Amino acid sequence: MTIFLDENSRIVVQGMTGGEGRKHTVRMLSAGTAVVGGVNPRKAGAAVDFDIDGRTRPLPVFGTVADAVEETGADVSVIFVPRQAAREAIIEAVDAGIGLVVIITEGIPVADVARALAHAREVGARLVGPNCPGVISPGRSNAGITPADITGPGPIGLVSRSGTLVYQMMYELRDIGFTTCVGIGGDPVIGTTHIDCLEAFERDPDTEAIVMIGEIGGDAEERAADFIRENVTKPVVGYVAGFTAPEGRTMGHAGAIVSGTSGTAEAKRAALEVAGVRVGTTPSETAALVRSIVGR
Amino acid sequence: MDLYEYQARDLFERHGVPVLPGIVAETPSEARAAAERMGGDVVVKAQVKTNGRGKAGGIKRVASPAEAEAEAARILGMTVKGNVVKRVMVTPAAAIAEEYYFSLLLDRSTRRYLALCSVEGGMDIERLAAEHPGSLARIDIDPRVGINEAKAREIVTAARIDPEIAPAVAEAVLLLGRVYTEEEAILVEVNPLVRTEAGDVIALDGKVTLDDNARFRHPDHLDLLDPASSDPLELRAADKHLNYVKLDGQVGIIGNGAGLVMSTLDGVADAGKTRRIRPANFLDIGGGASAEVMASGLDIILADPQVRAVFVNVFGGITSCVEVARGIVGALEAMGDAASRPIVVRLDGNAVADGRRILAEAGHPLVTQVDTMDEAAARVAELAAEAS
Repeated sequence: MTIFLDENSRIVVQGMTGGEGRKHTVRMLSAGTAVVGGVNPRKAGAAVDFDIDGRTRPLPVFGTVADAVEETGADVSVIFVPRQAAREAIIEAVDAGIGLVVIITEGIPVADVARALAHAREVGARLVGPNCPGVISPGRSNAGITPADITGPGPIGLVSRSGTLVYQMMYELRDIGFTTCVGIGGDPVIGTTHIDCLEAFERDPDTEAIVMIGEIGGDAEERAADFIRENVTKPVVGYVAGFTAPEGRTMGHAGAIVSGTSGTAEAKRAALEVAGVRVGTTPSETAALVRSIVGR
Repeated sequence: MDLYEYQARDLFERHGVPVLPGIVAETPSEARAAAERMGGDVVVKAQVKTNGRGKAGGIKRVASPAEAEAEAARILGMTVKGNVVKRVMVTPAAAIAEEYYFSLLLDRSTRRYLALCSVEGGMDIERLAAEHPGSLARIDIDPRVGINEAKAREIVTAARIDPEIAPAVAEAVLLLGRVYTEEEAILVEVNPLVRTEAGDVIALDGKVTLDDNARFRHPDHLDLLDPASSDPLELRAADKHLNYVKLDGQVGIIGNGAGLVMSTLDGVADAGKTRRIRPANFLDIGGGASAEVMASGLDIILADPQVRAVFVNVFGGITSCVEVARGIVGALEAMGDAASRPIVVRLDGNAVADGRRILAEAGHPLVTQVDTMDEAAARVAELAAEAS
């Protein structure tokens, strides 16, 4: 099994008619993902033709997410809309009954995410992101922008704040493969946390080992370490980026900032090690630790 | 973006939060003139974006304009935790009866807002939390609602503010909540929030962090930016919309994705630690970067005279290794003989075979291709050490 996303997931793309949405819809379809349509109130009723391996695949454009859900049974949304429209798009998806909303859009104001998330939690919908590559269950479904050709299915679960480190780790362990890889995003407020993923991987019978990638800023990794100590029986291997980051500077991700003495990579590594997590000093060493656990 | 105290004061005033007058001075004589206008009994306060200016001697109460001038002369140019004081703010001295603490902030663990309030103000929040944990009221705030009148009352009641002054404090809290919501801050801190002997409630200090992601909705926030305090290379990078942070080492670093670039910095620092080789910068070209973006990134890095070797580390997800390779070749061609420092390149992922081929065919003598991140980090650290 996988977490959050599998071959039965039916994906609607909010922002499918825009440049990024179009480009990544092609990639998702090429990976075999069941993308069932897009949403754009100004182009309702139209269809967009996608060229998939030389064959044309038309996908319908709906005026609202609710219409898309009614017509297609969509249960996952991937959002590419501009940041100005992101909050409304998330709330629309949640209100239409979408259970998993993956937000790729970068640079959404914190207040917009916090408000949309408060609403989603009340309704019981899961948000992933924003500012993330999304969720991929290799060989089954790809909700987002993760390259689908890096590796296939296997026994490892992966959760990471950084997108490129998702790709790097998938590549390092490409001969073993993954149940699901979740890029949770680099913003200060995100919908799905390390802990949510750890909990889901712990329950997933096919996940044998978990890789957790963190970075400077906030205390999500420390809290995840506490959670692991209390609740996770499967082996967890960790990696933390940002040991060389200076205090008070934002390192690319809005959430990646060391404030005073809090949020340092050192503190995160220490917390994880106390919880029994083996922490690699580089992505390749981290991958080697995983290999030693799964025996391949 | 963090604001200076005087900028926070202006913002508070605009939202009706009670504050004292404040005049910013960049020279001792300006400080003297400000003190004259305020009647002489004033406080001269260093304007820096860090804590600890009081301890460093950056806040001084004086009795006359002449003293204000002398203190401003001492404070201007002093350094507080590495920050040079370029301005002081002159404010009238207040007759303080009580000092409270108030802040409203983004709580990353609950992913909601958190209001903190205490009758024990004046000391920094870490000390306050450690020494008077019982006095610190912590109230969860729903981001969809913010601080309304009922919440403001709940906050001051929980902080056990004297009932006589509580309504005035609650009013200030309500207005500070409005600053937070309407200006889209992620931190509004007032320490101290004071009751004066005359019975007024005044925000005597202000610390505000604005959400940079929300700047597109607040064009006026652009005026609060402080370009003079930035590094010239960082300014140049910002001009090109590149995510660049200047550091103090010798290895220039370019990669795609914040996490991978941070990881690259760590790898170089680790590989170079015995030879005191450190990363010279953080530079993330982002997802789907073009050859032009790659080339301008390389330009910025090579404009740093401290850089002795460069490491380009790309795992192409959306980014194509072809674009990265073309960017490197193009930048080197444009530089011609002016290019002198070695460049170690590690490419993987999207279009890697073509990207590597482009670099191999160009055959530039300064470019070395290495297969893995770890080997590349070791190689670039070695090259930087040899060049010194």
